[in-house]
Amino acid sequence: MANDESQPGLDAPAGGFVQLLTPDGERVDSVTTAEGVTYSVDFTDDEYRELYKDLVTVRRLDAEATALQRQGELGIWASLLGQEAAQVGSGRALRPQDMAFPTYREHGVLYTRGIDPIMPFGLFRGVDQGGWDPNEFKFNTYTIVIGSQTLHATGYAMGITMDGKTGSPEGEAVIAYFGDGATSQGEVNESFVWSGVFNAPIVFFCQNNQYAISEPLERQTRIPLYRRAAGYGFPGVRIDGNDVLATFAVTRAALDNARNGQGPTLIEAYTYRMGAHTSSDDPTRYRIASEVESWKAKDPISRLKAFLTKQQLADDTFFGEVDESARKLALDLRERVLAMPDPQPVTMFDNVYPNGSPEVDAQRQQFADYQASFEGSGH
Amino acid sequence: MVEKITLGKALNHGLRRSLESDSKVVIMGEDVGKLGGVFRITDGLQKDFGEDRVIDTPLAEAGIVGTAVGLAIRGYRPVCEIQFDGFVFPAYNQIVAQVAKMYFRSLGNVRLPIVIRIPYGGGIGAVEHHSESPEAYFAHTPGLKVVTCSNPADAYVMIQQAIASDDPIVFFEPKRRYWEKGDVDLDAGLAGAYPLHASRVVREGSDATVIAYGPMVRVALDAAAAAEEDGRSLEVIDLRTLSPLDLGPVYDSVRRTGRAVVVHEAPGNLGMGSEIAARITEECFYSLEAPVLRVTGYDTPYPAARVEEEYLPDLDRVLDAVDRSFGW
Repeated sequence: MANDESQPGLDAPAGGFVQLLTPDGERVDSVTTAEGVTYSVDFTDDEYRELYKDLVTVRRLDAEATALQRQGELGIWASLLGQEAAQVGSGRALRPQDMAFPTYREHGVLYTRGIDPIMPFGLFRGVDQGGWDPNEFKFNTYTIVIGSQTLHATGYAMGITMDGKTGSPEGEAVIAYFGDGATSQGEVNESFVWSGVFNAPIVFFCQNNQYAISEPLERQTRIPLYRRAAGYGFPGVRIDGNDVLATFAVTRAALDNARNGQGPTLIEAYTYRMGAHTSSDDPTRYRIASEVESWKAKDPISRLKAFLTKQQLADDTFFGEVDESARKLALDLRERVLAMPDPQPVTMFDNVYPNGSPEVDAQRQQFADYQASFEGSGH
Repeated sequence: MVEKITLGKALNHGLRRSLESDSKVVIMGEDVGKLGGVFRITDGLQKDFGEDRVIDTPLAEAGIVGTAVGLAIRGYRPVCEIQFDGFVFPAYNQIVAQVAKMYFRSLGNVRLPIVIRIPYGGGIGAVEHHSESPEAYFAHTPGLKVVTCSNPADAYVMIQQAIASDDPIVFFEPKRRYWEKGDVDLDAGLAGAYPLHASRVVREGSDATVIAYGPMVRVALDAAAAAEEDGRSLEVIDLRTLSPLDLGPVYDSVRRTGRAVVVHEAPGNLGMGSEIAARITEECFYSLEAPVLRVTGYDTPYPAARVEEEYLPDLDRVLDAVDRSFGW
């Protein structure tokens, strides 16, 4: 895309990006890219407020999870701090019929799909593998091996085409989430090839949060990631990933293009992971404080708050209510997470095969017998 | 209608029948369409079922299996063709980390009825990566089922059973047997067919049990015929299923014969034979007259074709092992 002609906004990367809300909370009516594509949003006042509520809620839930991990209640947590706009904007752009394929950090997208936010906690607490039904919520299981899910998304999108569910506004589309590190994976390359060749109705949504654990973007690429799309024959667009309006506008347009039969789009959401990759690493070893500080000034929530305030769409009462609502949700989540029981050990034998297996059945029985042998023996 | 056809043709007929019986079945792989596959196993299927049912894919194995996962989530029943055994490894992550685990990971909510067809084994004079036997890698992975056919009749039925199953299945095809003929009842339905995940006694005998699968079943049967001339009665069991292993018939047999020889092409170290020998020892210890012996490929990379006949277990090596068993 390289919307060089458009307003690049403050601290935009070289080549610019689509931005509809500046870090100061100034609204940009529309952005026209160098390719002549115009992006804009037209939200009602309520919709602006709802987006703000989403952002605050998601951040609060994430903060609660981080706290739970520090208190030993979760084995690990992959925080989305700083990436709320990228996730909420893209997630809210999805229609009910669209299917999402996440990595393991898309708690904000999960929230927008209407899934109980406690669901990923089973995985991180270690009591299950994540418990939602992907078919019911159109949100697949978390995928931990980097990049694998982009191929699943592509195959699913091919199935949409084979089902004749493209070519109209009522069509279906797929979104695949991944990070900047994943773009180095062969499987992501293959998913780009496949999607281009089969003109699959898919949006590749790369959250470029600048680091793959400790590896900076410079270790993944020599060119802006969105420009890779050209090599596969479909458009690439870079957006200000901390701008929920731009994220929504561009994702919605790309999804509509996909459902209308115009094939894939790669979106690079230029953002920043404010916290660690997961609770197990130490970002102070690989990035400097001034960098973090500079990104704080681009915070996705503060800019929407500034906009709402300037436009007199919300006041302190509203902001207080949102904070209180998020706090209650987080406390409720905390209580429920603490109450999550450990699974019965014998359940490890469940769901290995749809049709079962005599070998697994035999081991289940051996295990049960062995466990039973301890009853009353003081173990 | 019983016809005498090759194993390759039997697979082709089986695939055709699966495509006919379920509109959700799709075949995908490199060269499977116009060419009909490098071994012609999918010959004519794209012509009759169209490019959406028999999909010529880009040349990338992870992509073939990875997109099959998405298609399966969407409700399709993909049948992936990996062109040769040694080419499966780019897809290995998708097979063992995704295909094998998504049902478990999703607490049973996502079924992946995927079949991954892999022509395997040596004996056709091929170059590197075209003659390997990687079955143990997959049989070691919970969540996958692994089967292999050894004759045309089984090939015809087993491929249909695998496609109809909701379990993810790695389906190994003995490529050196593609051209061997046998009687196949093309009208037989799946109802009442011999179960997919069951081993079978293919030759009865009383003096020793020879356990084989896939391409080695023919070798074991030939060895049994030769042994008979020497007055020794070998029972031959075709495992057919490598995961789950169906060793009930093996235990029954070994308890009668007291001797067991396991035969496979793959390297012996930590191979299928190791597992089978261990289990026979656990289950049949007091019936054994000798240790369970293995006849396998050597623990080397698959050698150059001009010496592969020395690498591959043959009739003489099987008979030698039987002799050693009796010498115990």
